[in-house]
Amino acid sequence: MTNQYQKDLEKRELDAMCVNESKLNHPWYYNVKYLIVGIIFGIVFVKAEIVSWYRIQEMFRFQSFHMYGIIGSAVVVGAISVWLIRKFNIKTMYGEDIIIVEKPFNKGVIYGGLMFGIGWAITGACPGPFFAQVGTGTTVVLVTVLSAIFGTWTYGLFRDKLPH
Amino acid sequence: MLQFLQQPWPWYIAGPLIGLTVPALLILGNKNFGISSSLRHTCAACIPSGIEYFKYDWKKEIWNLVFVLGVIVGGFLAAQLLANPNEIIINENLKTELVGYGMTDFSNALVPADVVSWESLLSIKGILMIIVGGFFVGFGTRYAGGCTSGHSIMGLSALSWPSLVATVCFMIGGFIAANLLLPIILSL
Repeated sequence: MTNQYQKDLEKRELDAMCVNESKLNHPWYYNVKYLIVGIIFGIVFVKAEIVSWYRIQEMFRFQSFHMYGIIGSAVVVGAISVWLIRKFNIKTMYGEDIIIVEKPFNKGVIYGGLMFGIGWAITGACPGPFFAQVGTGTTVVLVTVLSAIFGTWTYGLFRDKLPH
Repeated sequence: MLQFLQQPWPWYIAGPLIGLTVPALLILGNKNFGISSSLRHTCAACIPSGIEYFKYDWKKEIWNLVFVLGVIVGGFLAAQLLANPNEIIINENLKTELVGYGMTDFSNALVPADVVSWESLLSIKGILMIIVGGFFVGFGTRYAGGCTSGHSIMGLSALSWPSLVATVCFMIGGFIAANLLLPIILSL
């Protein structure tokens, strides 16, 4: 049992998203707040043209400051927020301690990072913008999303054989 | 006001708003910002296929799928209510380069309509840009353990050095693909 638990933890640690669980049990409609944050996020994505293939090409060709400005200022605001949360021990709105999951390093960060970078430049979007593009009515991106899901599935299938 | 909102928003408005997603999700429910994990949860929910990597309680991560649904709705609202009436402004050097590949349709501000459309889906360019590109994103983000949101925004905000390595690799991969691979693909 302990072995099984250890194995499960190792598996989940590679992908920090799955170790961050609340101890509280909320009814389903508590998820509506994430819907609202998502909507705001999607609107910003489209209106700031982050979802544009052309803006991504300009970024990777050093032809425009726009995307660097967005990512840079987002990180500055995010870092100050995290610093404030840690410094003043700010809790969630339900009074739980805020836990920020550290993503541990493994070689996959390099190999996977390079692969994602290539996909990012070719499709001109990362996963968030895919979904926003679908929402605007560019429905062919649904195929890109399906292909990305299949890519994730293929990674899961061969994960044990890949260097990490 | 509406006219102002219809213009493309500048980076110094959009960037801080995106940065605020990090504390918003943490304070709303202890959630670490990340989008590409939604692809994994979709696999776990729909096609786990007995693969170890997809055997976990995905229902605990349902907030992530709801968030993604919100992004789709947000894209819809932005296109319906706040659409920019003008054609997207593209850097002249980039435009010249693209016209050189025979790309002249700039009517869709989001994707190059000449190569990314239902009509081009089964052409060589369409397959490489839509299907292969998407596969690289899905495979690469999970292999790296995150994408631009999870590593570059959330990870860098938490000053985590593996996320810095990831971000540098994203950029290297992107520089190679945009400057070396795409010119070949688009010339096919």
